[in-house]
Amino acid sequence: MVEKRTFLSAILPHVVLILGVIVVFFPVYVAFVASTWDAATIANGQMGLRPGPHMLENYHRTLFVGTASSTREPVGNMMLNSLIMALMIAVGKIIISIFSAFAIVYYRFPFRMAAFWIIFVTLMLPVEVRIYPTYKIVSDLNMLDTYWGLTVPLIASATGTLLFRQFFMTIPDELLEASKIDAAGPFRFFKDTVLPLSMTTIAALFVIQFIYGWNQYLWPLLITTKDSMQTIVIGIKKMIVTQDALTEWQLAMTTAVLALLPPVIVVVAMQKLFVKGLVETEK
Amino acid sequence: MEKRTVFAGYSLPALLLVPQLLITIVFFYMPAGQAMWQSFQIEDAFGTTTIFVGFENYRELFKKPEYYKAMGTTLVFSTAVAFLSLSISLLLATMANKQIRGATAYKTLLIWPYAVAPAIAGVLWLFMFQPSMGMVSKALKSAGVDWNPTLNGNHAMLLVIMAATWKQISYNFLFFLAGLQSIPHSLIEASAIDGARPMRRFWTIIFPLLSPTTFFLIVVNITYVFFDTFGIIDAMTGGGPAKATETLVYKVFADGRLGGDLGGSAAQSVILMIMVIAMTAFQFKYIERKVSY
Repeated sequence: MVEKRTFLSAILPHVVLILGVIVVFFPVYVAFVASTWDAATIANGQMGLRPGPHMLENYHRTLFVGTASSTREPVGNMMLNSLIMALMIAVGKIIISIFSAFAIVYYRFPFRMAAFWIIFVTLMLPVEVRIYPTYKIVSDLNMLDTYWGLTVPLIASATGTLLFRQFFMTIPDELLEASKIDAAGPFRFFKDTVLPLSMTTIAALFVIQFIYGWNQYLWPLLITTKDSMQTIVIGIKKMIVTQDALTEWQLAMTTAVLALLPPVIVVVAMQKLFVKGLVETEK
Repeated sequence: MEKRTVFAGYSLPALLLVPQLLITIVFFYMPAGQAMWQSFQIEDAFGTTTIFVGFENYRELFKKPEYYKAMGTTLVFSTAVAFLSLSISLLLATMANKQIRGATAYKTLLIWPYAVAPAIAGVLWLFMFQPSMGMVSKALKSAGVDWNPTLNGNHAMLLVIMAATWKQISYNFLFFLAGLQSIPHSLIEASAIDGARPMRRFWTIIFPLLSPTTFFLIVVNITYVFFDTFGIIDAMTGGGPAKATETLVYKVFADGRLGGDLGGSAAQSVILMIMVIAMTAFQFKYIERKVSY
């Protein structure tokens, strides 16, 4: 602190930050409260700010039975689909991009830079702008309503490759020279040197991609037609889209809580990796 | 930057690159090319014949008032969200950067909304502002505001702006905090010795030194509003009422749905692609500058 602390200057940051935290938490808190009341209380607008007595009932029904009219599918199933999708995207991206970055950094071959640029350009175009043609290709390949169709097109992106390339460039050349003297081939070098050194980068990328995969919306909306393939983020939208009076808000809000919990837990539990991943993938 | 020592051989690196290149070509270049090709074609109502029409789809598009309306909506939406979320998070980051107790706890408590899916964020806010029984709308009604986002386009717009801002605060906060922490403390002390009060120090020292972060965040926020808010809009308003919240990306989706106007939708995709490429190019140019800074 440069100046003498006055009472105001000591208290002001706390006031502002606590207000910020309240604004950030409020919508989720309201959703949590709604997930503990019954439909009638919510529909009458009698729900206050205190949790009600129906929490276990609502969560049980949402997870294992589902809504009566709109989605017909237990949310537990949707969460499993979301989990599979998020894991496949995260792991797939990591594997594909660590290999291609290794090839680009540790080899000299014709069209090396061309390959790099072909990958690099994909950074610019999110799936939203080429949505229908991509859908058509996936449907021509008979990949609608499959986990492959849900994930593989989203794996095609440059972030991971750029991140690993950037990291490999910081690995000292001496390490490769030493392994070469020890007669280690590329496989050996990758397994014993590059992979152990990359662990933090891999973990950081995993956190970011897991969130990205879990939160996908437009793509699964188009690719899944069967109820059994729905992800939770799609499921909740279908719960609300019906006539307003029919929306089972207590179940929709339970689903919202269940949908935001896994990625939020990942962020809070792995905060350091998350911040690292976020800052480095954006560079 | 290149490696001094490398491995010899062509076949192994080729093999390692094949998966990514294959996925990129099949799911990225082919669809992007397809979109471009479609934007020059018109398909008849039954999808049986297509004819090449040159720039006809584009000319049609720029004749339609709806397209300009969507452009205006996108402009209002992205300016509002970028301005609000950047100002709020800069304020919070400045406060969190002071030497106060519990700074790390505040950070944890503020960053988690990043992990909430846009569609879920939309649903949370929709529930609070739902006209008949939402908690906030009841308060608004008793204050005499006739709140109804399902009928009033301005209300709907406000609602999506709030949800989109809420979700983006955490991201901006993190980057602003990192930017603030990288400003040398000696500069701030020096200006304090020269007698500059905190507000003056902020606007003449901290804010200018933070400008690379701010520029970067402006670009990121605009891209966010352009694309990632699709889920928010679809879950909250579906582009309505009366297309009041239909952004450019939402229009691509809505116009091409059920094979409606594929050519027109493709032409819009191509225009969007050009916009994103321009924005990304701008961002990379800025990053070049950051290195020297």
